[in-house]
Amino acid sequence: MAEEFAVRMVNVTKTFGHVMANNKVYLELRKGEILSLLGENGSGKTTLMNMLSGIYFPDEGQIFVGGREVTIASPHDAYALGIGMVHQHFKLVDVLTAAENIVLGLPGGVVVDRKAVAKKVRDICSRYGFDVDPDKKVYDMSVSEKQTLEIVKTLYRGAEILILDEPTAVLTPQETEKLFAVMRNMRDDGKSIIIITHKLNEVLAISDRVTVLRHGEYIGDMDTSKADARALTDMMVGRTVTLNIQRDQPVSPQRRLEIRNLTVKDKEGVVRLDDINLDVYAGEILGVAGISGCGQKELLEAIAGLQSAVSGSSVKYRPTGPDGPAEELVGQNPRTIAEKGVRLAFVPEDRLGMGLVASMTLVGNMMLKQYRAGKSPLVDRRHPHELAEQIVRQLEVVTPSIDTPVRKLSGGNVQKVLVGREIAAHPTVLMSAYAVRGLDINTSYTIYRLLNEQKKAGVAVIYVGEDLDVLLQLCDRIAVLCGGRLSGVLDGRTATKEQVGYMMTTLEHKEAGI
Amino acid sequence: MTNHEPLIHIARRDGMAWWRAWLIRLAAAVLALIVCALFIYGLTKLNPVKVYAAMWQGAFGSARRSWITVRDASILLCIGVGLAPAFMMRFWNVGAEGQVLMGGCATAAVLIYCGRALSTPALLLIGAAASIAAGVLWGLVPALFKARWNTNETLFTLMMNYIAIQLTCFLVAKWENPKGSNSVGIINQQTQAGWFPSLFGQQYLLNVIIVLALTVGMFLYLKYTKQGYEISVVGESENTARYAGISVRRVIIRTMALSGAVCGLSGFIAVSGASHTISASTAGGRGFTAIIVAWMAKFNTFVMILIALLLVFLEKGATQIASQFHLNDYASEVVKGIILFFLLGSEFFIQYRLRFRSHTHQKEAEA
Repeated sequence: MAEEFAVRMVNVTKTFGHVMANNKVYLELRKGEILSLLGENGSGKTTLMNMLSGIYFPDEGQIFVGGREVTIASPHDAYALGIGMVHQHFKLVDVLTAAENIVLGLPGGVVVDRKAVAKKVRDICSRYGFDVDPDKKVYDMSVSEKQTLEIVKTLYRGAEILILDEPTAVLTPQETEKLFAVMRNMRDDGKSIIIITHKLNEVLAISDRVTVLRHGEYIGDMDTSKADARALTDMMVGRTVTLNIQRDQPVSPQRRLEIRNLTVKDKEGVVRLDDINLDVYAGEILGVAGISGCGQKELLEAIAGLQSAVSGSSVKYRPTGPDGPAEELVGQNPRTIAEKGVRLAFVPEDRLGMGLVASMTLVGNMMLKQYRAGKSPLVDRRHPHELAEQIVRQLEVVTPSIDTPVRKLSGGNVQKVLVGREIAAHPTVLMSAYAVRGLDINTSYTIYRLLNEQKKAGVAVIYVGEDLDVLLQLCDRIAVLCGGRLSGVLDGRTATKEQVGYMMTTLEHKEAGI
Repeated sequence: MTNHEPLIHIARRDGMAWWRAWLIRLAAAVLALIVCALFIYGLTKLNPVKVYAAMWQGAFGSARRSWITVRDASILLCIGVGLAPAFMMRFWNVGAEGQVLMGGCATAAVLIYCGRALSTPALLLIGAAASIAAGVLWGLVPALFKARWNTNETLFTLMMNYIAIQLTCFLVAKWENPKGSNSVGIINQQTQAGWFPSLFGQQYLLNVIIVLALTVGMFLYLKYTKQGYEISVVGESENTARYAGISVRRVIIRTMALSGAVCGLSGFIAVSGASHTISASTAGGRGFTAIIVAWMAKFNTFVMILIALLLVFLEKGATQIASQFHLNDYASEVVKGIILFFLLGSEFFIQYRLRFRSHTHQKEAEA
C-alpha cells in the first residue's frame, strides 16, 4: 500500500508560541496526481507545506516519502527526497539570469557550465511546455515568467513532488490556463503535485483530489469528481460556533456613506477594487467579508483618502442623513478630510506600521492625528498625556508607563492603544481592519464591546474581518467581496456561514449589491 | 532533530539605567587607553603616560590651542547639528561636505566682491544669508528628486559633493590671489572686512555663541515643535505619516532645506569666522566626520557637543604626538582609531546583552 503514496503526513502538529498552526494533520499525496490543499486564510495550509519542504520542523508527527519515514530538517533534505516548493513570494535574485538562478546554491565548482545548464533547461521546457529564456534577467521578467522559472528551478533540481503555494493569486486567467496545462503535463509524466488554493473553481478544474483544512485541523479529503462547490464550502467554513457576542437592533440607522462606482487600481494598473456600490449606515456595524487581498484594504483606504480611485468613483459622506449636505471623500487626503470636519476613525490592519509609530511612546502616539490642533508651532503634550492615562486606565492597557515605546507592548495592548485613540476622537465613521487578529479572547471581546458602544452612539462602523462566526454574530449587515468585486450584501441576522463562504469564493451574486 | 544552541546568544536589552550606560562607556574609554598604552609601548618603547600628556598638551596646552580646539569642534558640531533633522527623518544626507563648501564659496564671494563697498556687519549678514541660500540649494536638489521620484538620497547627496568640490576648485582659480599661487589667500587681510569680530577679546567667541545657539535651537525644534514631530513620524514610517495626514513630500523638502541651511551656515563660519579663505579643503572631510558625530549622539544635539570635542581633541592630540615624538603620522592615527573603536563598540554592549550557552541547557539537550 505504501508504494502508491508519494507522501504521507501523519498526525503532524506545529505550534508557534501558543498558537496551534497544525493540529494532528493527516495528508496523503498519491503518485502522479494533483492534490488541492483547500482552506481559509490561517487554516494552516502553508505551514503544513513548509514542513514538507524543510522550512519548518514539525513538533510531532511522522512524514513518509515513498513509503519510508523521513526526517526533513532543511530545504536541502527536501530536495534530496525530490520535494520542491514554489513559494508565494518568489525567491529569485533579480540581477541574475534565469539559468544563474537555477544553478544558484547547487554544488559544483566556481565555473558554471552555462551551455550545459541552458541545454538541460531547454530540455525541461520542451518536455512540459514551459517557456523560459535561460539568458533573460529576472528583473526583465513578468510575474508569470518568474513563477515559471521557479517551477523549472525545482524540476532542474530533480523534484518529483512539487508544491505550489497559491500559484494563481498573481496570474491572469490566461496565464492560469497555461499554468494548469503544464501542471497536467507534469502529472502525466508521473510527477505528484500539491497546489495550495482557496479558489473553489480552480480546485474543481485542476485537481484529482482535494484535502481540506480548517483552523489547523484536517477535515477530510475527497475525489474532486465527487465534490461540488457547496460541499467543499461547508467543509472549509465548518459549523457555526456560538460566540455570544452582543448585538442590539440598530436604532434608526441613517445613510452616512454612499459608495458609488468605486474602482481602485494599484501602481501596476491592476484593478483591485471593481465598481463597488455600497451604503454604510450610522448606528450599525457593517461587516466586510472576503478572502484576504480581495480589495478590503483598498476599500478602507479609498474611504480614508489614502488610496486614489479611478475617476467616476464617488464616496459621499452625509453627516446628517441621506437628505443632508454631502462631502465627497474621493480625491482627498486624510488631512483635508479631517479639515472638512469629517471625523473618520481608522484602525488599519498594519497596527505598528500604519496606525501607530512603533518607536514612539504612548503619549507620542496619542498626538498622531491631533498634533496639528492650535496655532502654536509647538506641540501640546498635556492633552495627549491625559488621553494616554485615560486609555490605559479605561481599557486596562498593560504597560510599564505611558512613556514606553508602543513596540514594547504586546499585540493586544498595542491594539487597545490604537482603538482607544481612534474612539477618543469621537468619530462619526469608524473603520477597522482585522481588529481582533492575533488577540486573545478577552481582548477580542473588549474590542467587540467597544465597537458595539460606538454603534449605539450612532457611529457608522465598518468591520473588516476574517472569522465568519464573528462577522455573523457581530454585524448587522455583511458585504462580501470576491476578487475586488462586491459579490453581495447579506443580512447579518439571517445569513449562514455557507452562504458567506460561497459568495467569498464565487462571483454569481454580483448584481445583488447596494 | 536536536536544536543546537549557539555558544553565544545576542539579545536586545530592554533599556538600561543611564548611569550604567555611562559606566560602560567609561570602562570602554579606560580599556581603550590601556590597549593604546600597550600599542605605544610595544612599538615605540615610549612612556604611554607621557604620550597621553602630550596629546592633552596638543589640544589644551595653551589658551590659544584650547581656542583652536574649541573653534574646530564648534564647526564640526555645527555640521552635526545640520545633519540631525535629516537623519531623524532617516534621510541619509552624506552631502554635508558639499553643502559646507557651497556655503563657504558663497561667503567668500560676498567678502571678495562686496568687501570694499560694505561694512563688516552688513557683510556678515549678507554672507550668512548667501551661505544659507547656497546650502539650501545643495540640500534641496536631492530632496526634490527623492520626494518626486524616490531616488536614493545617499548616492545623490554624495555625488553633489563632487560637484561642489569641482565648483570650488573653479572658483579658487578664478579668485586666485596672488596670481599663480593657486590659492585665494587670506581674503581682505588688510581691512579684515567681513571677518568675525572679537568679542571680549576672544577671536572665536562669536563662532561658539552662534553654534551653541543653533545647537539649543535645533534640540528644541526637533523635540517640541509640530514640524519636529512630523520629522520623527516620517522617519519612522512613511505609511503612518500618510495615515496621519502628513504630506511626506513636503516634510522631506522642508527638512532637507533646513539641513542644508545649517550646513551652509557652517561654511560661513568656517570662512568668515575661522580660515578667512576658501579652498577645496575648507570642509576638510568634516562633512563626513560630522556623520559620526550625529550618529554617536543618536541625533541628540547636546550629546553632539561632547562627541565633537572628543573627535577634535583626538585629532589635535594625534598631530601633537606625531610631531613631538617624531612618530609616523600613521601611529597617531592608530591611537585615534583604537579609542574610537572602543567607544563606538561600547554602544553594542549598551544595546545588547550577550548570553553564553548555559550548562543546564546542555544537560537538558543531552537528557
